[in-house]
Amino acid sequence: MTKIRELEIHAIDIRKLTIESIGKLGVGHIGGSLSICDLLSVLYFDVMNIDPKDPKKPDRDRFVLSKGHGGPAVYATLALKGYFDPSILDTLNRPNTKLPSHCDMNLTEGIDMTTGSLGQGFSCAVGIAVGAKMKKQEFTTYVCIGDGESQEGQIWEAAMLANSQKLDNLIAFTDYNKLQIDGNIEQINGLYPLHQKWESFGWHVQVVDGHDHKALRNAIMLAKNVSGRPSMIIMDTIKGKGADFSENKLSSHNMPVTEDMWKQAVASLEEAKVKLCN
Amino acid sequence: MREIFAELLIQHAEADERICYLEADLMLASGTGVFKKRFPERTVNVGVAEANMIGVAAGISTLGMIPFTHSFTPFATRRCCDQVTLSVSYAKSNVKMIGSDPGITAMLNGGTHMSMEDVAIMRNIPGMVIVEPIDGVQLASLFPQIIAHQGPVYIRLLRREAPVVYAEGETFELGKAKVIKRGHDVSIFASGIMVNEAVKVEKMLAEEGIYASVIDIHTIKPLDTTVIIEEAKLTGAVVTAENHTIINGLGSAVSEVLSENYPVPVKRVGVKDHFGEVGMQDFLAEKYGLTAKNIVNACKEAIKMKGAKS
Repeated sequence: MTKIRELEIHAIDIRKLTIESIGKLGVGHIGGSLSICDLLSVLYFDVMNIDPKDPKKPDRDRFVLSKGHGGPAVYATLALKGYFDPSILDTLNRPNTKLPSHCDMNLTEGIDMTTGSLGQGFSCAVGIAVGAKMKKQEFTTYVCIGDGESQEGQIWEAAMLANSQKLDNLIAFTDYNKLQIDGNIEQINGLYPLHQKWESFGWHVQVVDGHDHKALRNAIMLAKNVSGRPSMIIMDTIKGKGADFSENKLSSHNMPVTEDMWKQAVASLEEAKVKLCN
Repeated sequence: MREIFAELLIQHAEADERICYLEADLMLASGTGVFKKRFPERTVNVGVAEANMIGVAAGISTLGMIPFTHSFTPFATRRCCDQVTLSVSYAKSNVKMIGSDPGITAMLNGGTHMSMEDVAIMRNIPGMVIVEPIDGVQLASLFPQIIAHQGPVYIRLLRREAPVVYAEGETFELGKAKVIKRGHDVSIFASGIMVNEAVKVEKMLAEEGIYASVIDIHTIKPLDTTVIIEEAKLTGAVVTAENHTIINGLGSAVSEVLSENYPVPVKRVGVKDHFGEVGMQDFLAEKYGLTAKNIVNACKEAIKMKGAKS
């Protein structure tokens, strides 16, 4: 089996566990979780230098999910990667859980920064990259921001600094699914032309299909070879990707999910997985 | 004070590689250019972007570094309140935040730069330690304890010349109030520049046969509740004095402790729900009621209330 096929299968498993954990609870941030599953598969099962048995090892690559509401997808990834038992996913958002809706580095092994208030995780990721340069550590910091999140001024404060500090150890992703809570991004507070915005901030910019594992992997490899400036990989994505009930639906941001809905979605993903395996 | 701060920062950074410094385009104002000169690789000037500075500091701290950040008090607190709350305190990030030019000491920078509410903002954030050192001796004594404390600290720092209150070699404990004088008629709890006023007040009152305790609350959070309750039992009348709004600052904190544990009359000297404005410190102290005379009057009122109560 090719590496890309493996990554596609991991992405299906991440989606399954994400849908199942949110489904068992009955409500959650389905849309923004499902749009980043392919990125998570490529990062955690191919690109990143990490060790689930030593989640805090100092030279590990970091991943900051600045759009912290996508936490359930990261938890599914961490469980599959072996950071904790997948049964823990059933505790998502339940009392005393270590898996809160938004990422918390003090609760969950494998989470590198506490996020949730949009814009903030991006500054923190810039800080991690600055700190790595300060300490002469070689690791790469990866950070994923949302497109709606890109309306926060803090994103652009941090974007300027990352370039000024020549942070070529920072690789960022925009989950550009074109939808935010209240509607279409362009109809609310447009980002277009996003590519040129990042370029004008001095970043190395690539635009890829955020559900194409090969394209994502190649873009990351290219970004890792960029010298003297940070990299932005704008991922064209589909919000709620991978489940009929959520795909490209505005309502998927934070939606109720019934047992029928999640079981049907998981069954469809199982079928897709079988096809890929054959 | 800024020179003392910069010296202390350098001195401790020499011995401790974890210390680094983040500035939001006020290096000239904070006098920390000397730190940058000594440790260029441990200095980051983020430009005029305080919210980002706090986030970047939180990120750096995840690598075991101890970042100090600086801006003027309003921009170190209310400007980036959500970042301080979540990226720093909620995330348990080990960041030390300096806010300089507290209250009326902002003087000619005026109302926009004159925070009367920074302590109130920071006091509401769980896990936040708030320190307001009054002179260089105190700052030097508290500095290593601030570094050793694992977690966020807000340091409300005088930038300009500070009054000399303590003799060289005096020591202080983070979280423990400093009893400067023990009296038996009234207890004055003061912070920041008001400590110096309270010291004057003690002498003024003594001339009238009124004996006041003077207690320097250099750590506003966590508050030394023990000494506050002890004093209330001893004198039965309390006055607080702060270069800050009386809403949710030192006066409120002391009142909360006493009303729940040992209710006695409390009078609060401080800014009465008002914005600042341009002016020299003396003018502003007079206008907003932050003088020794205001404390004297408050002491007499508190003592009178004590009499009325019994």
